[in-house]
Order: sequence, then C-alpha cells, then structure tokens
Amino acid sequence: MDQFLIMLILNLLLILYEVRDNFMKNKPKIGIFKFTGCAGCQMEIFRMEDEFLSLLKLFDITYWKMAKRDNNDDYWDIALVEGGISTPWEINEIKHVRKKSKFLVAFGDCAINGCIPSIRNWIPQMVSEDIVYDDSSKICSIKLNGIGEYVKVDLELKGCPPDKGNIIELLKSILLEIKPRLRSHPVCVECKLLDNKCLITSEKKACMGPVISAGCGAICPTLNRECEGCFGPMSNPNAAALADIFRSIGLSEKEVKLKFRKYAGMDSDFCLEAGD
Amino acid sequence: MVEKIINVDYVARVEGQGAINLEIKKDGKIENLQFKIFEPPRFFESFLIGRRYDELMELTSRICGICPVAHQITSLRAVENAMNVQVSDQTSKLRKLIAISAHIQSNVLSMYFLSLPDLMGYESLITMTKGHMDIVKRGLMLKKLGNDITEIIGGRSIHPVTMVVGGFSSIPNKNKFDDIYKRLKDAKKDALKTFELFSNLKIPDFTRKCEHVAISNPNKYAINEGRFISTEGLNIDELNYKNHVYEKQKPYSTALHSYIKKRDSFMVGPLPRVNLNWKMMSDDARDVIKISNVNFPNYNPFNSHLARSIELIHDIDECIDIIKNLSYKEEKPENFICKSGFGAAITEAPRGSLYHSFTFDNNGYVKKADIVPPTAHNAYNVEKDMNKFVQTIKNLPIDEITLKCEMLIRAYDPCISCSAH
Repeated sequence: MDQFLIMLILNLLLILYEVRDNFMKNKPKIGIFKFTGCAGCQMEIFRMEDEFLSLLKLFDITYWKMAKRDNNDDYWDIALVEGGISTPWEINEIKHVRKKSKFLVAFGDCAINGCIPSIRNWIPQMVSEDIVYDDSSKICSIKLNGIGEYVKVDLELKGCPPDKGNIIELLKSILLEIKPRLRSHPVCVECKLLDNKCLITSEKKACMGPVISAGCGAICPTLNRECEGCFGPMSNPNAAALADIFRSIGLSEKEVKLKFRKYAGMDSDFCLEAGD
Repeated sequence: MVEKIINVDYVARVEGQGAINLEIKKDGKIENLQFKIFEPPRFFESFLIGRRYDELMELTSRICGICPVAHQITSLRAVENAMNVQVSDQTSKLRKLIAISAHIQSNVLSMYFLSLPDLMGYESLITMTKGHMDIVKRGLMLKKLGNDITEIIGGRSIHPVTMVVGGFSSIPNKNKFDDIYKRLKDAKKDALKTFELFSNLKIPDFTRKCEHVAISNPNKYAINEGRFISTEGLNIDELNYKNHVYEKQKPYSTALHSYIKKRDSFMVGPLPRVNLNWKMMSDDARDVIKISNVNFPNYNPFNSHLARSIELIHDIDECIDIIKNLSYKEEKPENFICKSGFGAAITEAPRGSLYHSFTFDNNGYVKKADIVPPTAHNAYNVEKDMNKFVQTIKNLPIDEITLKCEMLIRAYDPCISCSAH
C-alpha cells in the first residue's frame, strides 16, 4: 500500500515537473558525498531501482563521485552527506560542502554521530593506530564525529542504512517545500502495528526497540531478532530505564554497555549507558 | 626529466576514496607510481577487540555497504570455526543463495554503473539514459533482482539481519520465491545480452601474467567455502592463510598491501575465479566461455568485466537450482557451547577473496581480530599492472592515459572503504 502511494505521488510529481520543465530548466541540484563510512547509504540510493529514472527526471545530480566522472561543485540545492568526520581533510571538505549547499542532510547514522566506527572513540587513538599499522606516523586520523560537530545540519535521515521509503519522503518533501514526515516514535510502535510479540517480555531478549527510532518497519523483531538499534535514538528516549530492564533480564554491566555503545554510543541520549 | 605527470586526486566511479599519481620520464621510465588510497581508516581490528562473538556479523557488515553479505558470512564462518559449530545443509544452501544474490547485485553495479560508461564513451550511466535507455533499464532490472533475493532471505538488501551464528533467525517462506523464480528465468536472457555486450566492447590489449588466487571446491563453484588456491600452485586451508600471505604498510596508502610469501603481488576477483574454477560453472556459463573469443586462463585484467558477465549467467543458474531444491523447513540455529579459541574463514566477496580471523576468550569476547578484504589483496597488484600498462600507452595524450589508468582501476572494481577498514 505504502509502495503504491509512493509510486502514485512520484508519478504525479513527475507529470507536474515535466510540465514545469518545459518552461524553465531549473531542477534542484543534488550533490552526494562520502566521508568516513561504508558507502551503504549511497548504495541505498542505487537500490532505488524502480524510482531511479524518475529521480533523474526530477533532480539534477551534479556531484556523485561513486556514479559520475564529471562532477560540478558550483552550488547544490541539496547535499546528501554520508559518513562521519575523522581526518583534517574531511573537516575542510565538509565545511566546503556546507558553504555551497542550501539544504544539507546528514544522510545515515555515520553522518549523524559516527555509527559503528565510533566505537573506537573509547580507545586511545594511538592504541588503535598501533594495532592496525606498523608505522603510525604516516596515519592522520582523529576521533570520529558526526558532521554536526563541524557544520550546521538541516536534517538528519536516520538509519544504517536509511530506509528507501524515508529517502523518498525526504526528496518528495523537498520538492513540495514541506516538512518530511519522519518518525520520532520507537520501533515498538511498528511492532505493535505488525502484531509482533514483544521479544523483551516474552523471550527475555535484550531488544533495543523501546529507545530506537522507528522507520525500518521493525525488520529485526519481525524476523525473530532483537532490535540492535541501527536507526539510532528516538526522540527523548529513556535509556536508563531500558538499561535497568536489561539488567533485570540478566545482562551484565559490560553487556549493557555493548548494547548502547554500538550504533549511537556518541549520542547524548545514550552516552551515559554507553559508559566512559 | 619528467615528460608527463598523471594525477587523479579522487578516482570516480569506484567505491571509496583513492587517487592515482605517476610520472612518465623522458626516457620512458615510469616513476613514483602510486595507487594512493586515502580513505580514512576506521580501525575495525581495534574496536572489535572486547566485542562479543554474536555481534561480529553485524559489526563487520558495516565495513562495506556493497558487500555486507560477504563480510557477514565470513565472520559467521570464522566464529563457527572457532567454536566447532556445524551448520545444517539448509543453512549452507541459504547462505550460498544470499551470497550469490549479493554477487549479482554487486557485479551488475560494477559492470553497468561503474565501468560500462568508459567502454561506451560516457561519463556515467546517468548520461547513458540519453541514447541507451534499454541498457540502463537492463542494468537496473538485473541489479534489483539480486537485491530482492538478498532482501527476501536477509530482511533487507543492505546490511541484512537474519544470519546468526549457527543458522538463520528466520527461514523465508517458499512462496516468497515464486515470483523470483520466474524473474530469474527471464533474467537469463538479459544475462546473455550482458555477456554479448561485454564481448563486443573493445578493451585495451594488455596482458600481465601474475598469480591469480581464489577459493576452490571440487564439487561446486566456490563462494562461501573452499581451499585457497592459485595459478602458481598455492593450495592451503583457510586456517593457514597467515602462514602464506602477509601485509605491509605503504606510507601513502591507508590500505595495507598484500604479498604471497617468497613470491609477490597477486590478484583476486572474478577473473581469477573464472580462471581457476570455470570447470565448476553451470552448463550455460561454460557454453558461453566456449563461444567467447577469450581463452581462460586469461591475464588481461580488463577481461574482469567479461568474467563478471559469465559469473552472472552462472549465478542466475545456481540461484534457480537452489531455490528449486531447498526444503524451506522451519529450523532453529544450531546449539553450541561458547568457548575460547581461534577461527578463520575465507570467502569470495564479489570483488575477490575476503579473510577474517578472530581469537576469543572463554566468554566469547574477541581478543584479536584480523581482516583482509579483497581490495587490500589487490591494491599492490593494481600498481604492478598499471606500471606495465602505462608503458604500452605512454605516447598517448595525458587525458587518454589518465582515463585508461582509471579504467584499469575500475576493472578491479575496488571497494576502497573495505580496504581501509
């Protein structure tokens, strides 16, 4: 149903914009950028196989290193930024992108707060460098942060990777110049809508769902796995209460820390439970 | 005296951040050649220490957004090796199916989105929509097919969620494959068209004999398990990998370079796989090899595209075969006792052999992690290829040499984020 509506709206937009296009050639310019991350968020754009050609009709992708050889960096209406910041070069680069962009999106968890690679922020930099490299004098790396540490972010699109439906919602709302309807409630709501049994109460599994932002469609609990938190904290989560529940179902202090120090350990809502 | 300087500060249409530097001297010598990987390191081997065995699949998945499935399976198999877990026949078949579906997705991405524009004279697949819409649509359709299979088994196509130590958290329902089965049958024609397309495109005439390495299995086309073998006689068990392969840091690259002990650089990926294992491919894949004008083993790295198109035919055949013969029975992951020890695994990620090994303490927490992705295996070989290749094209204008060097890198389809994990 969702899919059908999305396609319908996209097609309507397409007709509208094609009409408009005939009068003026000013499709919004998009730039897609990669910083410290795995390219999975960009892959989610490639994953929009059904919508890809519509996307090209509605937007002008002027910068996308992973897909294009001729890239233009004059100006972007929308910058989709994947990845966190972990080198001095990246600090310069993200500031450059910010300066030339009207609307900058932290596209996925790494850009928001570093995601899984931020686990290393709890380890002294020197120790990490020495584990991986023989000669750390050649490595220029700093603690991993979300891009919001360095530049103003206009919108966060959560997820590791973000869900395709949310990406479409975002792009659609930019075209319509309205606020995108992104969810701020927990995964639990999606489980209830799907009539999933609760993995915490019925199976004593340490599910992160109660504090994690919805938007994935409760994929893991639906497939009999506890939510691990890849969409990051919901708005105003009660992390301490969930940590207590985890302890009550038998998790050790160390295990509780591992749970919160994973996709969003750097987040202010989780950092207390993620430990020093 | 320097005659020409080739400099690409950020290679386009590959995954991740890499650059090319080289100088062609007046006397024709190539100097200061660097495939400079400047991708920021993420120190996975550091922060995995202290994490628990059952999280590894999910954590290592985030090394790569193109080949998360390969990282997940490799991690799981390394854990299962360490803890003596035997998985069921259904689990290993479902794992093979999800791995192949990821190969379809990734190989199509590489062929159509990343490399085809070069061979057809375009800057990207986006500009190819003007004039070659049929080809663009075929690429999108084939890629979607791979992704959709991954999603049915794994819950989602990028960073899937159902694979766990010992099996799957949930087994897909048989009827979910009804539509896929038909689409796979139809896709065979498109795979053959892909093979024809790449057979007819002109690639640089270049050969450099080097050691080609892949995992191999006497009974099937090896993707998830097999012995690590090469064209130069290497034939080892995955547990002994470190006795034969070592890594060295280069000052200009955040990806380490790999060497085979007492020998040199080597190549992994679709071309080495086809060179070493083509006899295990499906009938139709072997038939197209016969009609192609390329003899295998072949040592032109630009034939990697053709190898991907042959694999695509085989992959579709094997998907059809697995889907037809799977029992789809409800099954819980195997029970096992968590224990200390060492485990290692090598699988074939789409772009080549991928190694993971872990040492665990008594409670299943990681004490040591070692990960060598395909592009770390290939990085040094890319440089050696480029050195010889540039000598054959050094009289061309700088723009053309630059494009051809980029094309060589794209033929390897590097996954640079992986390499500098």
